[in-house]
Amino acid sequence: MKVLVPVKRVIDYNVKVRVKPDKTGVDLANVKMSMNPFDEISVEEAVRLKEAGTATEIVIVSIGPQQAQETIRTALAMGGDRGILIKTDETVEPLGVAKLLAKVVEEEKPDLVIVGKQAIDDDSNQTGQMLAALLDWPQGTFAYKLEKDGDALTVTREVDGGLQTVKLALPAIVTVDLRLNEPRYASLPNIMKAKKKEIVEKAPADYGVDIAPRLTVVQVTEPPVRQAGEKVEDVATLVSKLKTAGVI
Amino acid sequence: MAVLVIAEHDNAALSDATNKVVTAAAKFGGDVDILVAGEGAGDVAAAAAKVAGVRKVLHADGASVAKQLAEPMEALIVPLMGGYDAVLFAATTAGKNMAPRVAAKLDVMQISEITDVIDADTFERPIYAGNAIMTVKSSDAKKVVTVRGTAFEAAGNDGSASVETVAAPAGPFKSEFVSEEMVKSDRPELAGAKRVVSGGRALGSAEKFQEVIFPLADKLGAAVGASRAAVDAGYAPNDYQVGQTGKIVAPELYVAIGISGAIQHLAGMKDSKVIVAINKDEEAPIFQVADYGLVADLFVAVPELTGAL
Repeated sequence: MKVLVPVKRVIDYNVKVRVKPDKTGVDLANVKMSMNPFDEISVEEAVRLKEAGTATEIVIVSIGPQQAQETIRTALAMGGDRGILIKTDETVEPLGVAKLLAKVVEEEKPDLVIVGKQAIDDDSNQTGQMLAALLDWPQGTFAYKLEKDGDALTVTREVDGGLQTVKLALPAIVTVDLRLNEPRYASLPNIMKAKKKEIVEKAPADYGVDIAPRLTVVQVTEPPVRQAGEKVEDVATLVSKLKTAGVI
Repeated sequence: MAVLVIAEHDNAALSDATNKVVTAAAKFGGDVDILVAGEGAGDVAAAAAKVAGVRKVLHADGASVAKQLAEPMEALIVPLMGGYDAVLFAATTAGKNMAPRVAAKLDVMQISEITDVIDADTFERPIYAGNAIMTVKSSDAKKVVTVRGTAFEAAGNDGSASVETVAAPAGPFKSEFVSEEMVKSDRPELAGAKRVVSGGRALGSAEKFQEVIFPLADKLGAAVGASRAAVDAGYAPNDYQVGQTGKIVAPELYVAIGISGAIQHLAGMKDSKVIVAINKDEEAPIFQVADYGLVADLFVAVPELTGAL
């Protein structure tokens, strides 16, 4: 089974985001960038499938600036086999990303695409589902567990209220949630080996799809700031304050 | 202008989340219809017809949409969109699962988790875990939107819409429902609860989480939440997770116990009316958003609080 794993380069999880004073966006100059945390879980799952003998090849793909190549390298160091960078300095919306990925899928013909459920920058939670629709493939979103079962894939999903298990005919799309696995750190020898792995560079124009943005950003602003209240001495004081506030 | 709202339900009862989406839909300034897709969900359709401001309810009944999986829901919703300018879903796991599928089929860029409707083309939504609020204007002819429930009041239940039957899509589909394992609880549902008690990594184990958090939650009639760290550590199920990648809550009272207050957690609860934090680290960022902070050992303070209520 061939597995395709799209990864996104995003602002690091620990960076405090600052809105630009001119309200055009957030300040990304000189901030640490990393692989989207959910994409690390996707890569890990693909590598585990390969280690278990279920997956035969793992192709990593990223859409973004030249530096997204580093993100692909990280995925290759974790165990990906080769990479594709679709290079662009423009913002590509989830619909555009899904259209590009659909073309990559046509070329690469994977049996499974594993993608993070959401990117922690724009928090859209769309790409995997859109790709599934464009390809007319079934989807297993917010995966907690997945298991290959002949020509089908059984996916247990994190849903409001508990877990739901669905069976998908392959080829299929899976989007991963937090508890699916704990991603590994790449070892130094694997980081060295990843430097020799192939990354093919492409441009969006190579795929002939319309990725022009549909949304115009009117403005980006700071959220209202919540003021810190008071520290209370002890439990008795807390209870009396809450009673006064009328919440208990 | 006509807006279609996709009902959130479990075939037995209509979720309050739907009423909130209807409020958002009304701000588009046009007719609002609700689609109830399910199996044996007649009561849900009847309840949807009572939601204030709704023109009509479309009711699709069939095995293919019993669990509202994304593939049959796409097949049901996309053809209906000929008659609508926008389709709105609750930003729940069900809504997030199906909305982008509908959007891609309509060749529309979805707008996720809106917190305000400026006009029928322009919306506000949080990005970067709520650390920035983006206003976007869509150039698509039709809008596909998911709605963050905490940002909208629930529409009333004094309406009287008509109910129309629409055909459920015929299969086969490439996905099938196998089973589900729902957490049984007498506590209120987290996303819509008036009070929430959440525990963090400082609880130290799943046993302690239950021993300390549950009695307080039960005393308060509160839902139980958890930080991502507590979920990661296996102290609480994922369904409890409050934050950027979990649930967004805005209860009247939020009690954060042993939670340091990472920005990703704050993203999920900082719109709560009153926030109480109990943490032994007085430098914990949670105190910067708490109305009442108690610097104390949670294993002593929380049982004491439970006893005092």
